[in-house]
Amino acid sequence: MSLTLENLSRTVDGIDYVRDANLTFEAGSFNVLLGRTLAGKTSMMRLMAGLDKPTEGRVLHRGEDVTGQSVQRRNISMIYQQFINYPTLTVYENIASPLRLAKMAKSEIDRRVKETASMLQIEPLLKRYPLELSGGQQQRTAMARALVKDATLVLFDEPLVNLDYKLREELRAELRELFRERQCIAVYATTEANEALALGGTTTLLHEGRVVQTGPVMDVYRAPTNTLAAQLFSEPPMNMIRGRVTSTEVTFDEYSHHALTQELEKLTPGDYWFGIRPSHISLVPTNDDDLEMSMEVALSEISGSETFMHVENSHFEMVMQLMGVHQYHTGAPVKVYLPVNKLFVFDSSEQLVHTPSRVSGGAL
Amino acid sequence: MAEIQLKALAHSYIANPVGPDDYAIRQLDHIWHKGGAYALLGPSGCGKSTMLNIISGLVQPSEGEVLFDGKRVNELSPRDRNIAQVFQFPVIYDSMTVYENLAFPLKNNKVPAAKIKARVQEIAEVLEIEDKLHKKAKNLTADEKQKVSMGRGLVREDVSAILFDEPLTVIDPQLKWKLRRKLKQIHEQFDITMVYVTHDQLEASTFADKIAVMYDGQIVQFGSPTELFEAPNHTFVGYFIGSPGMNIVEVERCSGGVRFGSIVLPLEAWQLELLERIKSRNVKVGIRPEFIEISPVVSDETYAAEVLDIEDLGTYKIVTTQLGGQEMKVRQNEEFDATIGARIDLLFPKQWLLLYVDEFLVQEKQP
Repeated sequence: MSLTLENLSRTVDGIDYVRDANLTFEAGSFNVLLGRTLAGKTSMMRLMAGLDKPTEGRVLHRGEDVTGQSVQRRNISMIYQQFINYPTLTVYENIASPLRLAKMAKSEIDRRVKETASMLQIEPLLKRYPLELSGGQQQRTAMARALVKDATLVLFDEPLVNLDYKLREELRAELRELFRERQCIAVYATTEANEALALGGTTTLLHEGRVVQTGPVMDVYRAPTNTLAAQLFSEPPMNMIRGRVTSTEVTFDEYSHHALTQELEKLTPGDYWFGIRPSHISLVPTNDDDLEMSMEVALSEISGSETFMHVENSHFEMVMQLMGVHQYHTGAPVKVYLPVNKLFVFDSSEQLVHTPSRVSGGAL
Repeated sequence: MAEIQLKALAHSYIANPVGPDDYAIRQLDHIWHKGGAYALLGPSGCGKSTMLNIISGLVQPSEGEVLFDGKRVNELSPRDRNIAQVFQFPVIYDSMTVYENLAFPLKNNKVPAAKIKARVQEIAEVLEIEDKLHKKAKNLTADEKQKVSMGRGLVREDVSAILFDEPLTVIDPQLKWKLRRKLKQIHEQFDITMVYVTHDQLEASTFADKIAVMYDGQIVQFGSPTELFEAPNHTFVGYFIGSPGMNIVEVERCSGGVRFGSIVLPLEAWQLELLERIKSRNVKVGIRPEFIEISPVVSDETYAAEVLDIEDLGTYKIVTTQLGGQEMKVRQNEEFDATIGARIDLLFPKQWLLLYVDEFLVQEKQP
């Protein structure tokens, strides 16, 4: 039941929309395509659905070449950013429409529509029309229509982007539940790292049409193969500082000198990129060998339960993610602390050479 | 710059409203002080866009008054109210240069040419688009276009307030914070009353000193980001602010406290007295996932809960537990580990266990 993309490329007017993609999606899997705007997420899904033809390569479904075969001939559902429903049909008829097309028996249609509607919590709305619904309810209706027909491939193209963030949170959790039991292949495109983490499954990082990395979500998150993967899969992006290691010390940007401790001692002398997640930098030292740096506050962004603090000095710019509400004025001086055991290290060609040791069972 | 006051304001889109459900905005009094940085936060359909349109003059309120510096403006057109608005999508003239776009509102107001030049230059510098002044607007990126939209509002010196309606919707996530920083700097520099409408708590709390949270046509809380987080005045604020939202549990009174399922939560003396006096049966307790502690030891202050699910969000984990038949979410750091079905002991620090009657927070009266 798997779907395979084989050396798949699509070029339009000399621009690579998708470049040499090789990926396999298994039945019953939930797959997230994560990348910025124009990374190739939508293009890749359109190739999978047969809506566009590749310039090179093939799409295989259960080993059979389905390249360029249209959606109508295959059992595929697509859900878009915009809530697409038939305005003249009731919610019930909207959900039933793909089953009516398939000439399914009335009683079976009724059973499936009600089951799917109750799963998405829109059963009380079945007699209403789409325009009488809120945005969230409209998107639930569109999702119900996509899910009702037991498609073998369900494609989601940033389906939650036009919804309030609270609704997003709820629908995301529901989606995780819905797909736990299903045997179809789900592919979900998003620009948000946090959404990929919340959805779980397999994550594929895309950038400028190319696959940067793919694997189980936590494997990719914990061991990004290069600096690009590290920054794509971190929101806010992972902080990157250039540094030079000698036999005795590490110097950041020829400015900030620190003694080598812990795992850093194992690095051979040379130039590196050091990466640290915003959540690992703190305003108070946690270990004796934390790297201390003097910075100024550029902006303190408060999300309710946490604060994103942007700090800078003449050499570095960093983002910190702090628990709780921290109000600072722009320009306020602060000392920040980078724990050595949380550093990712990339070599001068930006490939990962060291992941932080995961502290398990740490102090609670 | 102006103080904007809403006096006994209400609005219904229906000709003869009867009950509260007929109102998009239920009767309220509210003041946006001169020079403040405010946000109006709420889900879609809460009435925030109606409120914004009433302030700008696009909608006439069906009841009550809108006052600018004490003067009634209900009858004034948006233009005569000297309000600048920045919308979701940039409103600029694509065929004009950035300079012409910025100069346009001033030319309309017959400002002398020399003054226009100086002012446009000044605003362009603030927005860091001075090197784009002679570019055609259609060749700009989305964030640059939105800066020009803001500039068109800022350039007029007679502007009484700037209203922002989800201004960062079309901006790429990586650039959003830079624009938020710009907005904050502009507010500090120009001292203009600014009202920022959004459904995004991050945007609201970053920009505003005080946030009005709207729900179901009412302002249910007007407070600082810290107040909204630590002492949500309404269960909706508890749910809406924070990710995940506050745990809110329906409870019954019992001797010495309140209970749900087999769980008894002791209350403070003043809370018990208060519950004695009121008739309502709609009593809830709320505690944020961030404030529940997992205790390494069992004591008479801990409650044994069952772990139902652990969601790893990279930088932190959300542990869903079951306690007294209720789901209770606990936020833990990324190092937390437990098996599904395991027993953990929860601790509810007294200061973070809040009491809600008829959905509103009850607080101890300060002596």
